[in-house]
Amino acid sequence: MMVDGDAAADVAGLSLAEVVRLIARRKLSSEEVTHACLDRIERYGGKLVAVAGCEPEHALNHARAADAVIARRRSTGRGDASLLGVPLAHKDMFYRQGRISACGSRIRAGFVPDRTAAALERLDAAGALDIARLNMAEFALGVTGHNPVAGTPHNPWNPDFVTGGSSSGSGVAVAAGLAYGALGSDTGGSIRFPAACCGIVGMKTTYGRVSRFGAMPLSYSLDTVGPLTRTVTDNALMLGIIAGFDGRDPAASRLAVPNYLATIEDGVKSLRLGVPENHFLEPLTPEVRKLIEDAIDAFRRLGAKIVAVRVPESVAVTNGMTTMITTTEGAALHARWMRERPGDYGRQTLGRLVAGALTPATTYIEALNRRPAVLAEFMAAVFGAADVLVTPVMMGPVPTIAESDVGANPGFAQTIFAMGHATRPFNYLGLPGLSVPMGFTANGLPSSFQLVGRPFDEATLYRAARAYERETGCTDKAPDLSKLA
Amino acid sequence: MSLDKETVRKIAYLARIRVPEDALAGLVAELNHIIGWVEQLGEVATEGVEPMASVVEITLPARADEVSDGGIAEQVLKNAPEPVVAPGTDGGYFAVPKVVE
Repeated sequence: MMVDGDAAADVAGLSLAEVVRLIARRKLSSEEVTHACLDRIERYGGKLVAVAGCEPEHALNHARAADAVIARRRSTGRGDASLLGVPLAHKDMFYRQGRISACGSRIRAGFVPDRTAAALERLDAAGALDIARLNMAEFALGVTGHNPVAGTPHNPWNPDFVTGGSSSGSGVAVAAGLAYGALGSDTGGSIRFPAACCGIVGMKTTYGRVSRFGAMPLSYSLDTVGPLTRTVTDNALMLGIIAGFDGRDPAASRLAVPNYLATIEDGVKSLRLGVPENHFLEPLTPEVRKLIEDAIDAFRRLGAKIVAVRVPESVAVTNGMTTMITTTEGAALHARWMRERPGDYGRQTLGRLVAGALTPATTYIEALNRRPAVLAEFMAAVFGAADVLVTPVMMGPVPTIAESDVGANPGFAQTIFAMGHATRPFNYLGLPGLSVPMGFTANGLPSSFQLVGRPFDEATLYRAARAYERETGCTDKAPDLSKLA
Repeated sequence: MSLDKETVRKIAYLARIRVPEDALAGLVAELNHIIGWVEQLGEVATEGVEPMASVVEITLPARADEVSDGGIAEQVLKNAPEPVVAPGTDGGYFAVPKVVE
């Protein structure tokens, strides 16, 4: 079934939850929505350098099969797969048996995994379609989205600006309407940065909430998997499907997964929103400060109790701890390629891994041993007084691709480290962090706040974010891609 | 503890990792920053907090310790040239010729 240009744009502009409903009620066929996504992938995917691979015929065959199931279901009243026929696309590091997974690299350009990622298995079981592999920072190392090896994606709001990384293609694809949701991974901010830079919703889950089986490893102690979506509800819908115990990831938690959608509309009356007095709101540019103050005001209007919290001084070094643990564990995984194929790495990736390879073992072990104590201190100081902590995701506006290219501007390395000021601490602490759009800076690029919660309390983050979204319409806007075409 | 350029060059050599001469100074500074930060973490009170590698409590999944295959010790022992039944145990042992003097 063909859809003309405007109708395709309309269909692609729907949220994941809307598409689920319309397909289930047979107002739209899976083939129609998949066609609309494939059409946009063809038109914008290349220009935005967002797509690593896509087989349109394969995707359409799956869509037709889903439509057949829906037709049968109507006659038999059986089957209720919750994402049946909905096109998604994922970061090119979630393995699918027999399909290339290049991980944004030259070294793995032809790598064909022998297994399928647990998160993909769960989405498959829910009936979702997987229509494309999305570009990413090389081996998931990199916060801006630059990738000299596989190509640097462009921000759909303005192609001169970075997308954020490392789940760069996931941020772009969802914001640009190439797919209704995408998986990403977050080791220091790799879901929250692209979500913030592209103006969508991204959840860094609690360590252990989602199985990492079959996802390219970077850092065993810090890696998390989570969804990037256009709306808060879409995000909760996807996490509800991918979360849960899996014996193939030794870190996967056995804690039951709550029904996130059951409480998402419950509002924030009497919820205690912690506003940090120190660390997280400095150094903040004035326009981002104004945006986050407005967001806090919105929460106050909605009935949340705003409480000032003082975070422990130890938070100041957690950015560095996450950086070090990531590069040290990453170097252990990459050791052989670093020796045998150093020339096949991008310069920045190799430089970071080398630092990890030379980190003293005692330093690394000490950093891991201190985690529970630093977490206990943080929990007592913050979550004794508040239910949710609010911070910015980035301390300033989204930078341009040119200015944040460390190859060209070596001085920017410090800025890239500083980019993780509000995100990396929560990988060290293992806590969930939800990136939520809060408006635009003067350069026309989106900006986001982050809601941080207790371990495994993603439900409260969704509830708070949904109340804010309902009040402000913060996820209503989509980038205008007509200038790209 | 802090590292100097010579030490970093030596560690890189031992790790068989090539580090360009112009990258050494930056690496030394970065590694010393990290070592300093970890020393700062030493100031966090750890009394009553057990060190562990993961932040959230995780117990490794283990299968139940039960017989899943076999459970036929007697039959298996029929293969032994010289079965020995040790007193006080519920099973037997294989006895083999002494091979080390």
